[in-house]
Amino acid sequence: MSTPPTVWQDIARKGLWQQNPGLVQLLGLCPVLAISNNVVNALALGLATTLVTALSSATVSSVRHWVPADIRNPVFIMIIASLVTCVDLAMNAWLHELYLVLGIFIPLITTNCIVMARAEAFASRQPVREAAWDGAMMGLGLTGVLVALGALRELLGKGTLLAGADKLFGPVGQHLSLQLAGPDYQFLLMLLPPGAFLGLALLIAGKNALDARARQRQAAAANPATAGTTP
Amino acid sequence: MSRHATHIAQPVTVSRVMLKVLAALLPGIAVSVYCFGPGVLVQLLLATFTALGAEAAVLRLRQRPIAPALADLSAVVTAWLLALSMPPLGAWWMIVLATLFAIVLGKQLYGGLGNNPFNPAMVGFAVMIVSFPAQMAAWGTPLAALDATAQLQWIFTHTLPAGSSVDAISSATPLDVLKTGLLQGGQAVSQLLQQPRFGQWGNAGGEWVALAWALGGLWLWQQKLIPWRTPLAMLAGVLAVSLPLWLWQPAQYASPLFHLLNGATLLAAGFIVTDPVSGSTTPLGRLIFGFLVGVLVVVIRVFGGFPDAVAFAVLIMNMAVPFIDHTTQPRVFGRKGGRHA
Repeated sequence: MSTPPTVWQDIARKGLWQQNPGLVQLLGLCPVLAISNNVVNALALGLATTLVTALSSATVSSVRHWVPADIRNPVFIMIIASLVTCVDLAMNAWLHELYLVLGIFIPLITTNCIVMARAEAFASRQPVREAAWDGAMMGLGLTGVLVALGALRELLGKGTLLAGADKLFGPVGQHLSLQLAGPDYQFLLMLLPPGAFLGLALLIAGKNALDARARQRQAAAANPATAGTTP
Repeated sequence: MSRHATHIAQPVTVSRVMLKVLAALLPGIAVSVYCFGPGVLVQLLLATFTALGAEAAVLRLRQRPIAPALADLSAVVTAWLLALSMPPLGAWWMIVLATLFAIVLGKQLYGGLGNNPFNPAMVGFAVMIVSFPAQMAAWGTPLAALDATAQLQWIFTHTLPAGSSVDAISSATPLDVLKTGLLQGGQAVSQLLQQPRFGQWGNAGGEWVALAWALGGLWLWQQKLIPWRTPLAMLAGVLAVSLPLWLWQPAQYASPLFHLLNGATLLAAGFIVTDPVSGSTTPLGRLIFGFLVGVLVVVIRVFGGFPDAVAFAVLIMNMAVPFIDHTTQPRVFGRKGGRHA
């Protein structure tokens, strides 16, 4: 507790919680809202985005001294686009069924704000290892939000969890799927776009509530005399 | 206050206004019960208790005083309007879920009474019609021989006593029948309207319910609780679209009277577009708001995918209210020229 966090811990904490791309920066909302209708899609897209963010941050960081500031954005986008093309082709080859489901959202990782934002705000002025770690943590933070939202929407909308997990994990995945409600159960609102907005709003509110409670507890610990007097 | 000094103004409290709105709904409720049976009352009760419970729970979470908010009866008005828009024999969880969405999402999350940009009852209805279109389309057959116990059994357990037919509890609304009939093609409106479901004026049983809503609305206007502009403008909007269409191709489009007496048109005119919180508040704005709700109701009914359109029309226009109010501010007295006050 008393030792100050290392730079690695600090980066991890920011990516996963304090500056979470989905809940705080609200970047890359297009895939978050569109693909979070079940856990498997959300997890797959989140991991693909994480891979791209980590690799692109590392690449951008390694070339940062040779990229003229005036044309850095086109250069970054070229780097990101080539990496996304690799991921796109790889998913098409090895996770073909999932690739068909995710469709346009794989190529669209190129335009995902969070990838560009990390390249511009962090990777272009930090060493390679820190940049790669930051990209991975930001990507995992987004994946966490995607999976939480996907679980919420899948559970309330269809009464299942991890349906179609075999698309991601192979034949073993069939045992992971849970059917928690009758096969006729459907709550369409949660599967439609409004469900994504409502669910994301609930997650953001939940995070803010947790933060507020943590701050209150910290204040109480720092000054025990006034603890309990605040409303 | 003195009993004789009638010139002394009585304080107009929210709960008094809401109580009068509830009273104005009573004739319609009575006719509904006559037509569709005691199921209507069950829906009203379920909605009322859910609304009060949900309101109290959220207020507790928000650390606000609970008793005054419950006593102002606004949650009960929302609950009643919602219950009266839902199918009278819908399963119990439908009305409970709808009321939860209306009160928690439509009203309290925006800050409670006075802060909600959307009409809470219509939020609840829209959630249900989007999520459960099939269940929402199954209305009770008016004047069907289904006694009170059978209705209760159906609402709470989704089973029927032996001998009752499912037809008695799953009749489509006239708007639905007309829509599917026209989509299938081959029959003109006048032929379709021969079916018994349409009665004499286009909505067997329902037409009397609709007229009872109008009666309640007129009483509210007489009590100076609702303005005349919004409801009249809404009815004008309904006529403005349905009349030309009907005169142009009567075989394709239903008459204005059909649109007036069906669905929630008259309920909306008296009780929903007149909501002072989510509707427009300037004199010109009320005319624009009401008229466009009426136009949208017919446009969505005729050309859209859902049979009734009041909820969508009201919600769409609720979104436009800040803009309407902003651009129609009346000129301050004594000042010349200029659009804004």
